[in-house]
Amino acid sequence: MSIKKISKEQPSSFEFNKKNLEEAQKIIKNYPEGKQKSAVMPLLYLAQKQNDNWIPLAAMKYIAKFINIPYIKVYEVATFYTMYNLSPVGKYFFQICTTTPCMIRGAYDIVNICKKKISDKENQLSKDSNCSWIEVECLGACINAPMMQINDDYYEDLNIEKTEKIINQIQNGEKPAPGSYRGRKNSEPENNRKTLLNIKNA
Amino acid sequence: MLKDEDRIFTNLYNDLGPDILSAQKRGDWQNTNEIIKKGKEWIINEIKSSELRGRGGAGFPTGLKWSFAPKEVGSRPHYLVINADESEPGTCKDRDILRFEPHKLIEGCLLAAYAVNANKCYIYIRGEYITEGNKLQKAINEAYEKKLIGANACDSGWDFDIYIHYGAGAYICGEETALLESLEGNKGQPRLKPPFPALIGLYGCPTIINNVETIAVVPTILKRGAKWFSNIGKPKNTGTKIYCISGNVNNPCNVEEEMGIPLKELIEKHAGGVIGGWENLQAVIPGGSSMPLLPKKICETINMDFDSLVEQKSGLGTAGIVVINKDQDIIKCMARIARFYKHESCGQCTPCREGSGWMWRMLERMAKGEASRDEVDMLMDVTQQIEGHTICAFGEGSAWPVQGLLRHFKKEVAKRNNFNPLINKNKKIPYLVDQHLLEK
Repeated sequence: MSIKKISKEQPSSFEFNKKNLEEAQKIIKNYPEGKQKSAVMPLLYLAQKQNDNWIPLAAMKYIAKFINIPYIKVYEVATFYTMYNLSPVGKYFFQICTTTPCMIRGAYDIVNICKKKISDKENQLSKDSNCSWIEVECLGACINAPMMQINDDYYEDLNIEKTEKIINQIQNGEKPAPGSYRGRKNSEPENNRKTLLNIKNA
Repeated sequence: MLKDEDRIFTNLYNDLGPDILSAQKRGDWQNTNEIIKKGKEWIINEIKSSELRGRGGAGFPTGLKWSFAPKEVGSRPHYLVINADESEPGTCKDRDILRFEPHKLIEGCLLAAYAVNANKCYIYIRGEYITEGNKLQKAINEAYEKKLIGANACDSGWDFDIYIHYGAGAYICGEETALLESLEGNKGQPRLKPPFPALIGLYGCPTIINNVETIAVVPTILKRGAKWFSNIGKPKNTGTKIYCISGNVNNPCNVEEEMGIPLKELIEKHAGGVIGGWENLQAVIPGGSSMPLLPKKICETINMDFDSLVEQKSGLGTAGIVVINKDQDIIKCMARIARFYKHESCGQCTPCREGSGWMWRMLERMAKGEASRDEVDMLMDVTQQIEGHTICAFGEGSAWPVQGLLRHFKKEVAKRNNFNPLINKNKKIPYLVDQHLLEK
């Protein structure tokens, strides 16, 4: 299980804004009547999105009241799952996959670049406090290894230079395009395609 | 090699576009109504005779699983749950189905749900697949607009709704009962079985849980016939399968091939060969990180299907093939996998919670050559104490890769870790809890 640090500085209150309130009510309707507890995970995501990508304790209390379950039930879900950030992260949150398939294709080179260009340690904000990075377990894009996720998007087929370029672009306020950085199409075997050629050439 | 006309996922590389019009051109949503009219029994029997086995890792016969659902809906509604929590290292097939072939999945959901009497389906997608989830949601909306799902889906009289539920980065939620716990809004900790989910599952109701790939091939099987499907591959290991070939190969890729294809052909033909040539191959993990690795000697001849791999004490799992060449340190690779399991253990059962960390720490030291001679056997002992002593199969999943390492690379491990133990054999060993057993 992962170690989760809960931020020492907590806002005193939290409330969904109007848009998220509507969204939350819509989410609860996805589940059968009386089973509104199921909505705790999507609601935590909503709270995380509204609160600059991390969940304060006040939001957990708010959600507990919102769907009428004990606070501890929300707390245990928020601390169990790794994707809920319980302390502030960068506006651009770099997650670098370092599990074996990525590792053997050089994921730790990417980690070293992040150490150099963002911050020495995981979960530490960069100097301009815009970025932070973290090593994560398999992100499910092994054939596009090494890869990283920045906020919602996957950046695949990386190497040292390309990662440096992506970080530079982000630090300059640009938005680099997600996807493969070797110019290949999705998950096809690069320059070696033997299947579905009629469709490709059609 | 499988002929192109026998491939199910013709848009695997997104040459054609995932939207509904392109999907319909490829044959999705054709004759869906007629298939439903043939009845539940017919659908289940057809899937049974196609010998389709679950594509999520365990390889349980799908038709049989469906037949476990109660025939009549009693006081509790039935549910269909799709497991799209793809997190096994080495596996990324479901991702391509979600983003490029969503309509095959949605149509499969409708047919499967009808066969097991479910009106509601939840698709549990791992939280990291946000863009994939959005693409699937778009496809679901398209299907609602065309009245292919929703009330009176496809004019069949069957009401059917699909909802997406995102996970949040827990590997264990790929285990079916942990997935249900997570869907109910709890921590993802597996339940004891029995009762099996087919009788008591989501919210205590009968629930059928299938992998994305399993469900996505169902419409094609029903349209082209069980016989067509069972003629591909080998007996009891029928049909096509998406293989993910990653690691030290020249062209890592996803490719749909028949079951039982030789591993060497997959690597040499589709993935462009091992980096540094076939001779540079060290080992292959054949089915996602939980399956024991295979050394080069076995890789020469092995076929990729459930039964052939079990014979070699490994397994097909999710068919996520990780190729490791001789430039890599095999002990380090396995230590990293052990760290993955240490990180992902849900913490419910003690052997797994403690053992996965123990294995990781030992392997890290072994990679550096800091372990003593007797610890190599101790590591094997630890794996055996985890295996079979946990609620879910995570225990086996974490122990098997280490066992595979010790089975095939024990010499390398022992060579690197060759100094005498600090504690003499006669003395008490402080690591062992059962000290009293030693004193005899």
